[in-house]
Amino acid sequence: MTASESRPPELGGNLVRRLFVRLGILPFFLIAAIVLFSSIEPRFLSPGNFVNIARQSTYLLIVSLGQMIVLLTAGLDLSIGSTIALASVVTATVMGGMLVIDPTAVWLAIAAGSAAGIATGVLVGSVNAIGVAIFNVSPFMMTLGMLSIAFGLALTISGGSPVYGMPDVFGTTFAYDRVLGIPIPIYIGVAVFALVYLLLNWTRAGRYLYALGSNARAVHLSGIHGVSYLFLAYVLCGLLAGATGVLLTARVQSGEANMGQELVLQSIAACIIGGVSLFGGIGRVGNVLLGVIFITLLTNGMNMVRIDGYLQQVVLGAVLILAIIADQTRLRIAGHTLTR
Amino acid sequence: MPRSGSDANVQCKNSGESEPLILIDGSGSLQPITVAATLRTLSPDKQRSGTHDEPLPLARPEAELLTLRGVSKSFVGIKALEDVDFDLKAGEVHVLFGENGAGKSTLINIIAGVLRPDHGVLTLQGQNKRLSSVVDARKSGIAAVFQEFSLAPDLAVEENLFLGVEPGRMGLLSKRAIRRQAKAALANLGFRLDPAARVGSLSRAEQQMVEITKAVLTEPKVIIFDEPTASLTEREVRELFRLIGRLKAEGVGIVYITHRISEIFEIGDRVTVMRDGRKIQTVALEDVDATRIVELMTGRHIGNLYPTIAHKPGRTLLRLDKLQTADGSVRGVALEVRAGEIVGLAGLVGCGKSEIGRACFGLCRLAMGSSIAFGGDLITRPTPRRMLKRGLQYVPSDRRREGLMFERSTRENISLPMLADSELSRAGFLRRSVERARARHLAEKMGVTPLQMESPVIQYSGGNQQKVVLAKIMSQDMKLLILDEPTVGVDVASKAEIYGFLAGLIETGVGILLISSDLPEVLNLSHRVYVIHDGEVRSHLAGSDISERNVLHSFFNNDAARSAQ
Repeated sequence: MTASESRPPELGGNLVRRLFVRLGILPFFLIAAIVLFSSIEPRFLSPGNFVNIARQSTYLLIVSLGQMIVLLTAGLDLSIGSTIALASVVTATVMGGMLVIDPTAVWLAIAAGSAAGIATGVLVGSVNAIGVAIFNVSPFMMTLGMLSIAFGLALTISGGSPVYGMPDVFGTTFAYDRVLGIPIPIYIGVAVFALVYLLLNWTRAGRYLYALGSNARAVHLSGIHGVSYLFLAYVLCGLLAGATGVLLTARVQSGEANMGQELVLQSIAACIIGGVSLFGGIGRVGNVLLGVIFITLLTNGMNMVRIDGYLQQVVLGAVLILAIIADQTRLRIAGHTLTR
Repeated sequence: MPRSGSDANVQCKNSGESEPLILIDGSGSLQPITVAATLRTLSPDKQRSGTHDEPLPLARPEAELLTLRGVSKSFVGIKALEDVDFDLKAGEVHVLFGENGAGKSTLINIIAGVLRPDHGVLTLQGQNKRLSSVVDARKSGIAAVFQEFSLAPDLAVEENLFLGVEPGRMGLLSKRAIRRQAKAALANLGFRLDPAARVGSLSRAEQQMVEITKAVLTEPKVIIFDEPTASLTEREVRELFRLIGRLKAEGVGIVYITHRISEIFEIGDRVTVMRDGRKIQTVALEDVDATRIVELMTGRHIGNLYPTIAHKPGRTLLRLDKLQTADGSVRGVALEVRAGEIVGLAGLVGCGKSEIGRACFGLCRLAMGSSIAFGGDLITRPTPRRMLKRGLQYVPSDRRREGLMFERSTRENISLPMLADSELSRAGFLRRSVERARARHLAEKMGVTPLQMESPVIQYSGGNQQKVVLAKIMSQDMKLLILDEPTVGVDVASKAEIYGFLAGLIETGVGILLISSDLPEVLNLSHRVYVIHDGEVRSHLAGSDISERNVLHSFFNNDAARSAQ
């Protein structure tokens, strides 16, 4: 009398289950966070805080989109934190140096500094790309090595202390000014998001990035030069990290060698929570945006209810692991493990 | 001396020349069931474990070893199995037969404890069982040899055999005992394997032997074989069937899944045909013939599996002259393929026939100085990209590894090679509506059913997956098509469609090089056949010379001569 009793499944539980299988854990996380924080701290739901969250998420968003591009190819970039730091230090040094040469050419200095910062990101990304795409170094090891290299370079250039001497207008323009009541970084974030969306969904290159992560052999057999697109992925990731470095430098008004380290974990977490597969080939830009918003919301909320910064790290790590467990469970319920 | 001539009176198509008579004896013996069941009753201690309040049923000689009643299983709303009954007697081989997606895998996964049924009862030797895991099933005496192996590739054969049940004392391994027992077990099953060899260094067939040995070592009452012969050579298949015969004689019940009809009649006692998650019928094999089984499986009548293809050879497309690969798997192969003909490469698994195709497409490096002639040009360093541009298409043998992006949609898989066409992308930007239309058109043409353009291809059965692979290559201009094992894991109905598709290609003047270990396939489709052995062309058959006998003769000539020494 064991196996045969037929239990009609509870209707409510079944609906939640279906939603979970379809959408993943993220919507549940988002709702839980919003309910929790707004019940403790009503100001959490104020319009001002929304703008705040949007601005804060810009930086993480740009980095996460880069991380996502690499994850799609079944890769990983651990070096983005150091890339941001190096880009920050280079930007500040170049900008400050230009101002010393010609104190009146403020905009030239800003342009040169920003360009140098972004170029730094591209350079770091290119080295990663050479290692991964051409010499077949595992992405984990390549970017771990690069993490150390870029961080070391940032410390060497800055001498370990913040680099000052940038014009104020750099910070006001790229971090604090508002257009139509919306801070400028948000516009930049939206633009980058749109571009990456376009790349991944409407271009050949984007399709090939997904294809590489799904089955690199099949790409090769289809006569596609996969190596160049793998290369592109790491360069783009570096570029976006470099851009983030420039934007963050504008925000803190100095070049910092210890900037951005927390963004490595956060960007990976945002992608994974947003449903990007660690094994490549799966992930949607829109969901990564939601993942980014969730992580920002979480930190913002924890700040508002005054959870200690160290403890926040514990929570973030736990959420990441929970998300992965949830994803595994989801796949099992969906029966994917069967066919794999 | 080759023992030829004996296969004339043997029915099975795939049989080699070695000892076919023994097999017939094994499967044809009349009384194995009673003998085995009697053996079972002699060990009542095994039946006492795990009971609760039910009275001990006496195992009668004809009693079922394993029964499933009304078993259903669904995955998020999709019914994979619906109200299925199944029973297995001690000492019988019960074949499960059906197209991909018919529910065979789900059924054996339930028997093996991998999945739990939503409804239904499983009874093992008269006792209701609820198998909560594979370990649980093993303890109850059910072992499974799945297609995907449960082996640790970095451990030695012997370490794998005793994984989790290592002989030893107080946590220390007794390496000598392991070695001795492993050797004994392998020898007992007639597998020639080095117990110290690393499993990852073994061929697929050898790994399967390890897997089988591991399963037999648990002394199971029920063994499940999931397409065990898919990767075995003829000789290994003989060994396996002999082993199955012995297990039968010992009263073990065997659940056997296969796509090869000839095998069913060779070793099966009964067959259960499944379709769309339901059991269609269970029949004793004495009472049916192959046509009937296929009808049951597909629910319709399939006429001739192999179409008649007119031979109208045109100009030479591919010519190999003393082709050598850098790794030595192909040695001095000379052959040619013309437009409008199917040229078959027959040979045992691992004979180098596969590498010939791979070398032509640039997947296997040529030796220094070696080259291939395609469309009149000599090519010394082929790459997939270059060969595709010249109109050579290749279908790899392993869909999972090289053919498809499993997590991506049917549409994306089909369109992958054609995205570079100017029709589909302008300045790097995709025209997705054109892509959708063209991919759909190709999928429809190949008969992918049910057509779900946006679902990941992993959800498709092997037959549909292979159709997606073919739809994908159809998007390109093609002069010559190389197919490596085009119907592995493909159900009969889809096979017929794929063969029809190949026939259509020949009509349009394409040349086809068909590489296959499925002998009937090569024999029936090819206009000419090269028999490959040990990286060399052993013989070249054309027209009426293409016969199983001639091909097998070339296969085994060498081996028989060697073993006679």
